[in-house]
Order: sequence, then structure tokens, then C-alpha cells
Amino acid sequence: MSDRPHPILIVVTALVYLFLMVPLVIVVGAALSDTTYLTFPPQGLSLRWFYNIFEISAFRRTIVTSLQIAFLGTMIALLIGIPAAYALNRFRVELPKWLGTLFVLPILVPEIVFGFALLKSFTVGTGAPIFLALLIGHTLIVLPYVVRVISASLASFDFSIEEAAISLGSAPVKTFFTIVLPNVRGGVIAAFILAFITSLNDVSVSLFLTGPGISTLPIQILAHVEQFFDPTVASVSVLLMFLTVAVMAIVERTLGLTFLAK
Amino acid sequence: MTARHLWRPSGATGWALTAPATLAVIGFLIVPIGAVIAGTFMDPRGIFAPYISYFNSGFRTTVLFRTLQISALTTIISLIFGFMTAYVVSRAQGKVKSLLIVAAVFPLLTGVVVRAFAWLIILGRNGILNQTLLALGIVNEPLEMLYTQGAVIVGMVYLFVPLMVLSLVGVLENIPKDVLQASSSLGASPVATFWQVLLPLAVPGLIVGAVLVFTGSFTAYATPQLLGGERQTVLATLLQQRAMVSFDWVGASTIAAIMTVITITIVLAMSHIARRINPMAT
Repeated sequence: MSDRPHPILIVVTALVYLFLMVPLVIVVGAALSDTTYLTFPPQGLSLRWFYNIFEISAFRRTIVTSLQIAFLGTMIALLIGIPAAYALNRFRVELPKWLGTLFVLPILVPEIVFGFALLKSFTVGTGAPIFLALLIGHTLIVLPYVVRVISASLASFDFSIEEAAISLGSAPVKTFFTIVLPNVRGGVIAAFILAFITSLNDVSVSLFLTGPGISTLPIQILAHVEQFFDPTVASVSVLLMFLTVAVMAIVERTLGLTFLAK
Repeated sequence: MTARHLWRPSGATGWALTAPATLAVIGFLIVPIGAVIAGTFMDPRGIFAPYISYFNSGFRTTVLFRTLQISALTTIISLIFGFMTAYVVSRAQGKVKSLLIVAAVFPLLTGVVVRAFAWLIILGRNGILNQTLLALGIVNEPLEMLYTQGAVIVGMVYLFVPLMVLSLVGVLENIPKDVLQASSSLGASPVATFWQVLLPLAVPGLIVGAVLVFTGSFTAYATPQLLGGERQTVLATLLQQRAMVSFDWVGASTIAAIMTVITITIVLAMSHIARRINPMAT
């Protein structure tokens, strides 16, 4: 086999990428259309559907809820996930192997089952507020990303640096914050971003954890699509894509994009 | 001067550091899901009653088999196209390669609702595809493409091809070029090199990709909901209907249990097979 892939393979690859990109281009086009129905190519360029997002109070409310949940959930997942990832690497010998598997369970079990179980056993069972259930659900579904990404960074960290600092008199907790954490900064940023985007886009867990006045943006989009077929949803989609591009640009600046492919 | 305590961390420190995350997973994931599954066996009608009534319903059995069929087809299509694409990406160089990877990552970071919605615009009765076909005179009246199994599969492949490509690129990159060159310089045809050298070396990666795609499409909700509707009800959409529309908790729990058992069985079986084929793979 020569170095250059067979022309047929190159053609197939080009078609696959076309298949991946065209629908997204169409969404952007539809969002810019001046018509009251969804169409492509756009007829008359307008940003009215972007303004419309913020005129519908359900969208305004759910955007705020989604951002709150994504931020808080990610922060809590980092708070409990960083010590866990550290311990899994630092105490590799002392801790059992199944502990590592435990932390990826939230992405192994079907998300929709998890959402339903939280509703049935937690919200209905204890009468806990929906916002709390939503926050717990999102924290858990992003935890595997946090633990795995930070574990991957810690795997290449030389723990003898930490030992050196401690034997020179630095307190263990202080050492963690001044020596260990700065060395895995890239992993923490990547984990934050992956977790935030995952939470923001989640459907299956949030599906069951909505109630009067509380819902997330993707659930609101689903509800809107089933009732109206106007370009508002296309504009929200474009807004979300812009957010993703912005986030990817930040990753590119700080870590290089190939980091995400790992 | 006080004696400085030399920090000798023990296993207990490790347990303490993992405790919050461990308790969160056990308390909020394992216990609730366990309770849902255990609940299905405490039916007053008999221990397996909910399952007997599930499989006695022609509609619900159809839904289960439809879900399995959609997931299997999605996995096969994603494997074929994902493998070819990943091969080209793994052999690309420099800027082109980063661009190809970014273009695969970007859809993955775009939400599932947005990606299913895009196909709603394309496949709808007055959608772009129908408009194009009508304008070209290929069809005389709009085709009914939405709410078919084909629409759901297209939407699912769209969802999962990037995942397959990204998980295979790494595997294919790790296959040394020398191995392939050796094969062809020893006289193997490109076809023989592909079937006898490249493909066997990529099998562990293909299995991992296939498990990700199969379990992902088996439990996907937004795509079958938007592109399949009620006509293409799958387990995930049935679960949602039972729980949120009919308030049939036992029915919903039974579906949840079936989904969990099938998903975990597939993950365990495939990782067992992957280990047997290649003991070095994790």
C-alpha cells in the first residue's frame, strides 16, 4: 500500500465531511432567513429570529437555567473529581481497580435511565426541588469526563516532584495547590470545557427533571420544535454553535486542538 | 522547633480523597437505578409480571426489535464510513490533518438537538431535499422521508460518525507504516494488505468504536423523537412516554431495566472479546 490513500478513499472521506458540514451550514442559513418559516437558502437576510429568542420568556429563562446548571455542575464535578483523579494516580497500588470504573459508570449506564431513576427515586421519593435534582444529575454525567481527562494529565506527572517539595518542608495540601495542580492546568481547563459543553447540550437526563418554571435550553428547543416550525430554533442552534466555536478557540489558544482528539 | 511530621500517605488518604465522588456515584446513580430495577421485581402480580406483560405486548416487542435494528444498522454504516475516513485522516499531514480533526470534533460538540433539528429542515415534507428533487423533476410530489426508519438512521449516523472517526484515528496512527510497507514490498496486493494486515490490527479499535456507537444509538432520545416521531417509537422515546405522559411507572421502570441490562451486557461482552483478541488493549 502506497503512502497516499486510494483515490476512492479520498472521495469517500470528502463525502463524509460534506455530510457532516452541510446540515450545520443549512441551520445557519435558515437562522438568517427573513421568512416566518424554515427555508434554505435564506430568503432575505435578517437577524430578527435572533432577537426573537430573547423575546420568548421561556427561552430567556431556560438559557439562564442551563448556564447556571452547567457552571455549578462543572464546578462541583471538579471539586469532587480532582481529588478522586489525584488519588487514583497517587494511590494506584493501594486503591482497587474497580474504583476507576465506578467513576465512568455515569456514561456507561444509559443516560435516559439515569434521568428517570433520579426522578422516580430522588425527586418523587424525597420531594427534593427539581433544580437540585437537575444539578445532581448534571454533576454526575460530567464527572466521568473530569476524572478521565485529569487522570490522563496526572498520568504524565512525576510524583517525585511532589515528594521533593514535601520532604523540603512544604505542607501536603499547599504542595498540591502550588506544585501538582499548576502542572495539570491544561487537563483542568480541558475538563472544564468538555464538562460545561456536555452539560449545556444534555437532553436525556434533563428530560425528566423539568417542572413548573424549570427547564433547560435543549428541552425548551425540543418543545418549541414540536409546536412551531419557525427559524427561532435555528437561531438558538446558531447561538449554541457560536458558543462552541468560542470554546474551541479558547482550547486552541491554550492547549492546541489535537488535545480534544485524545 | 516542633518536629516536622513527614507526610507518609497511606491508602486511607486515597480512600478519603475519592470518598465524595464515590458516595455521589453510589448515592445518586447506583442506588436510584438499583431501586428502579429492584422495583420491577416487586410487582403484586408476580415477580416477573412486568416483563411478561412487556413481551406479551406486540407493540412493545416491536419497539425493542426496532431499537436493536436501528442501532445495529447505525453501527455498521458508521463502522464502514468511519473506518475509511479515519484511515485517510490518520495518513494526512500537518495542517490538513488538524483541520480534518477539528471538523470531526465540531459536530460532536454541537448538541444532539441541534443536529437532529438540522435533518428536520432537510428531510421535511417541504424540506430542502424535497424542494431540490421537485425542482429537478426527479419526483412529482414530495417524498415522505421524515418519520421513517431511514430518517432515524441518517440522523443517528450523523450523530455517531464523528465519534467513530475520532476513536479510530488514534488506533490507525499507532499501526506503524513499516508494517503496511513490508506487506506490500513482500508482494501483497493493496487488497490483501487491507484484509490481512490493516484490518486485523485495527480490530480492537473497531470494537471500541462499535460499542460506543451501538450503546449510544440504543439509548438516544432526541434524534428518534424528532426524526422518527410516534411512528418510529424506540425504547428511549417509549420510556419517556410511559413515564411522563401515561404515568405508568412500572412500565417505564421495566423499559429502564431492559435498556440497562442490554447496554451493560454489550459493554462487558465486547470488552471481553476485545481483551481476548488483543491482550495488550485495555
